Amino acid sequence: MSGYIAIEGISRSFPSPTGSGAPTAVFEDLWFQMEKGEFVCVIGHSGCGKTTVLNILAGLDEPTTGYVIVDGREIAGPSLDRAVIFQGHALLPWRSVLGNVAYAVSSKWRDWSNAAVEAHARTYIERVGLKGSEAKKPAQLSGGMKQRVGIARALSIEPKILLMDEPFSALDALTRGTLQEEARRICVETGQTVFMITHDIDEAIYLADKIVLMTNGPGAQIAEIVVNPLPKHRERDSFHKHPLYYGLRNHLIDFLVTRSKTFAAEMAGQPFDRRRPPLVHPGVIAKAIDGEAGTQRGPSGPTLAASA
Amino acid sequence: MRASLTARAAMLSLVIFALFVGAWHIATSSTGSGTPAGMDPEYAKLLGLGATTGKSAMPTPLEVGAKIWSHLRDPFYDRGTNDKGIGIQLAYSIGRVALGYLLAVMVALPLGFLIGMSPLVYRALDPFIQVMKPVSPLAWMPLALYTIKDSGISAIFVIFICSLWPMLINTAFGVASVRKEWLNVARTLEVGPVRRAFTVILPAAAPTILTGMRISIGIAWLVIVAAEMLVGGTGIGYFVWNEWNNLSITNVIVAILFIGVVGMILDLCLARAARAVTYPE
Repeated sequence: MSGYIAIEGISRSFPSPTGSGAPTAVFEDLWFQMEKGEFVCVIGHSGCGKTTVLNILAGLDEPTTGYVIVDGREIAGPSLDRAVIFQGHALLPWRSVLGNVAYAVSSKWRDWSNAAVEAHARTYIERVGLKGSEAKKPAQLSGGMKQRVGIARALSIEPKILLMDEPFSALDALTRGTLQEEARRICVETGQTVFMITHDIDEAIYLADKIVLMTNGPGAQIAEIVVNPLPKHRERDSFHKHPLYYGLRNHLIDFLVTRSKTFAAEMAGQPFDRRRPPLVHPGVIAKAIDGEAGTQRGPSGPTLAASA
Repeated sequence: MRASLTARAAMLSLVIFALFVGAWHIATSSTGSGTPAGMDPEYAKLLGLGATTGKSAMPTPLEVGAKIWSHLRDPFYDRGTNDKGIGIQLAYSIGRVALGYLLAVMVALPLGFLIGMSPLVYRALDPFIQVMKPVSPLAWMPLALYTIKDSGISAIFVIFICSLWPMLINTAFGVASVRKEWLNVARTLEVGPVRRAFTVILPAAAPTILTGMRISIGIAWLVIVAAEMLVGGTGIGYFVWNEWNNLSITNVIVAILFIGVVGMILDLCLARAARAVTYPE
């Protein structure tokens, strides 16, 4: 099996703090595929290694075992094919908005003239709605505007995959909503493949095509992959009124509150193939999914279908 | 309406200055009366006019003011080894400081960069730097004189060695503490090491580096006076020592004032430069 992006059996362990004893594995034997143009969100508690997975995808960290394949090639180190939107925006404070985006553009296309770089950068600054603020320094921008620059910078290099590490978590609720909406619009319009970490269940439901649920670390694993049953075209102000919304939301909350802790016990004695984490369709009647055997899973959740 | 804080501070400064000068004037204006009783007139002549009239060698503020004016009117005269204008003497000192300081910049910045980039080198060199840093620059003087065998170059070497440590330490620290996320930005953009050094590390560390350079120029200006007193020949330090030998306290006080003003200007220049590279976060 192979997707556009394939995570194959990666694990990451850190030496034990005392220096002696066995190293602690944050997560073990993760297998996961993403298709081109998919928007995937990862949910899990702090310490389950979400950020480490993202850093490995970005090439900033290396897995202890296993490997990651992007577009048919094993990744080795960071690449301009994979853009990162950092949690803390990570803008260079001595550069203007234009300077920050242009820095990325000129890094990707090194033989471009200054005028070409600037024109390209301006296109993306306009796309995130910052036209008129090109000359401002990051310190003069609000938190939401800074993150917009971060998005413009990441998109400007036209990456194969966009990696987002809780990009909106530091923003106030209103700004977060607006930015989610715009991020979704831009990503859907351009068919951008996105891998995003979030703590916010509604954010995941609104943005994602698939939601990856990770159990608690250490020794975290992918418990299941929830396929978002909401239609591809959803509106920020009405998606929570969709009939399948609460089923999905309850399923995710149940997972975070209880099942992320007890998943190992839940699975005890049952066959579990780490290479194929079950695809779950909360709220969708099992029979509606063609060619997949339905099973009921979850302590109190709605009817679930899983292809195990 | 009350005057602004700046205006009130300036007023207070003027008052303090006037009080100080007034006290100085009163303290120095009392004069003795003639030759002390019983002193041989020949001996009194040997002791000089000051001793015979009981007048102190400490000048009055007016005398110092007049002296400053005479120096300012003709700062660049040159009438032989021991009689040069104060402008020339200051120029010699500034030249030495500039040369030693620039040499130190040329060594400290690249070396500090290397030390800061490598945690291994940072730790390995740390004990040496910590031992060398507190050594008074003048302690190097005999060693410099013995090895270099030229007093002028020795003075420059002393400036070099005393400017080196603050710049080295600050550069290494600034480079080592560049925010990880900025480096990660450069990594994800596949920026090469040289471009990363100039476009991320240098601007990020620049405020820390400039702080080190500001500390260094201050130390260098402190040290040059002492170094020139030892080395002799030219420079403001030599001027001070020479005027002490002439017992011209007036000129010593004038020199102190000029040293202070030049030091302040040097510090202001570096502060201006530091402000130019500082970025708000």
